[in-house]
Amino acid sequence: MNAYTPDEMMAVEASRRLADGMVCFVGIGLPSLAANLARRTHAPGCVLIYESGTIGSKPVELPLSIGDGELAETADAVVSVPEMFAYWLQGGRIDVGFLAAAQIDRHGNLNSTVIGPYDKPLVRLPGGGGAPEIATGVRDVFVMLRHSRRTFASALDFTTSVGDNVRVVVTDLGVLEPAAGELTLVAVHPGADVDAARAATGWELRVSDDLRVTEPPTDAELRALRALRTKGPAA
Amino acid sequence: MAVVSLSDAVRELVRDGDVVALEGFTHLIPHAAGHELVRQGRNELTLIRMTPDVLYDQLIGMGCARKLVFSWGGNPGVGPLHRLRDAVEHGWPLPLELEEHSHAGMAAAWAAGASRLPFGVLRGYRGADLPARTRVATVICPFTDEELAAVPAHRPDVGIVHAQQADRHGNVQLWGIVGVQKEAVLASARSIVTVEEIVDELQPRPNAVVLPSWVVDAVCLAPGGAHPSYAHGYYDRDNEFYVAWDPISRDRDRFLDWMRQHVLATADVDEYHASLEEAVPA
Repeated sequence: MNAYTPDEMMAVEASRRLADGMVCFVGIGLPSLAANLARRTHAPGCVLIYESGTIGSKPVELPLSIGDGELAETADAVVSVPEMFAYWLQGGRIDVGFLAAAQIDRHGNLNSTVIGPYDKPLVRLPGGGGAPEIATGVRDVFVMLRHSRRTFASALDFTTSVGDNVRVVVTDLGVLEPAAGELTLVAVHPGADVDAARAATGWELRVSDDLRVTEPPTDAELRALRALRTKGPAA
Repeated sequence: MAVVSLSDAVRELVRDGDVVALEGFTHLIPHAAGHELVRQGRNELTLIRMTPDVLYDQLIGMGCARKLVFSWGGNPGVGPLHRLRDAVEHGWPLPLELEEHSHAGMAAAWAAGASRLPFGVLRGYRGADLPARTRVATVICPFTDEELAAVPAHRPDVGIVHAQQADRHGNVQLWGIVGVQKEAVLASARSIVTVEEIVDELQPRPNAVVLPSWVVDAVCLAPGGAHPSYAHGYYDRDNEFYVAWDPISRDRDRFLDWMRQHVLATADVDEYHASLEEAVPA
């Protein structure tokens, strides 16, 4: 078995959540990596949708932005941005939305807007973009975040999107799923443990009675992941 | 409509204090036109754009803007916009008022503006903190009683976009990722379109947006005018530039030096490109 990094474990485990034929709204960075990995391994029929208006993109290289030319060239269709959000997202045509954020709380609410007060920010973040309506417009929201106390916050500085549809949070330490209204640790990755996850969570983390250990990446998954070379540095 | 120089178009059509949208969704960002706004010292602008990126970072850092209406402000795939952050967090070089929306809200506001309706309607802004911070209201559907979000239409004074081609009569065609460019032109009181090429006749292309000359006030030839963004069929996105922008924009002095060298000291898009080729790699 190859050695692999925590980020690679996170990408592989997130990709496994995408079933063949699912229609997936993909953000740039880790979500794009995981979705493209799924398409190259167990889910070749997964439909990738980027908010720039590309439907069914099949990029050979990982794009740096959500609007790289290759996403349009390899798409089944390219639509305008108003059409993307009105007909496709609001129209209920998309199964899964992949989101990341600067902060998450125990209910899966996300903050990508601001750290500190909105009117006097300590850190002004890029903002919600598509997230508010992705979070409410798709059936299932998958979240990918590196685990830290700063990110897994007891209270958000700002609620950019709501957690009602969050089904799974994949981190570099393990997997959380909602149970009884609160994100609960259901798996740890090989090499990580409950203590590490608790130490990296800003609230009293609940742990499932049936805690699993994630299957490590297979050789085939790692090969496919490493073949996905980004044109620029990873986001 | 007339085919005119970009400097003349900006001089005649863009005024200090205007509401201006330079739109583009990663593709066809009208950098050459934005640089001309900087050269002519336009200020007190309200800038509208869904995805303000490097071009708006430059306009904000040069003090052209008073207010930004937007839904996502970052350097895609790279990180934050340092000039935008500096303006919001420290008021440098000027304080910047924000009117923040979601992408879906902005898209609805553009569609409403192009339709000359007072507001756009969507199933959006639900449960989150943004409605308390922005111009969004609730309307009740008169047929189903469903509660929906209403966003005020975008109606800029000037809409500016970049396209691949125009013909000699000023009819415009753009294709690839078309974003909200059609809406930005149709929603605006006045419009400027910069193009890669002026051709004798526009050839129909799959998925193309055609803007007839009678909805455009000025067409300006600006080859390479989207750089570092791209023009599908002409040149690729300069991803290395977006990565290089991060350290340039992080430091106020380094940013100002870059703007002086590549924008203020150049007369037009040709000289801008020449200055980039001459520049010592960072």
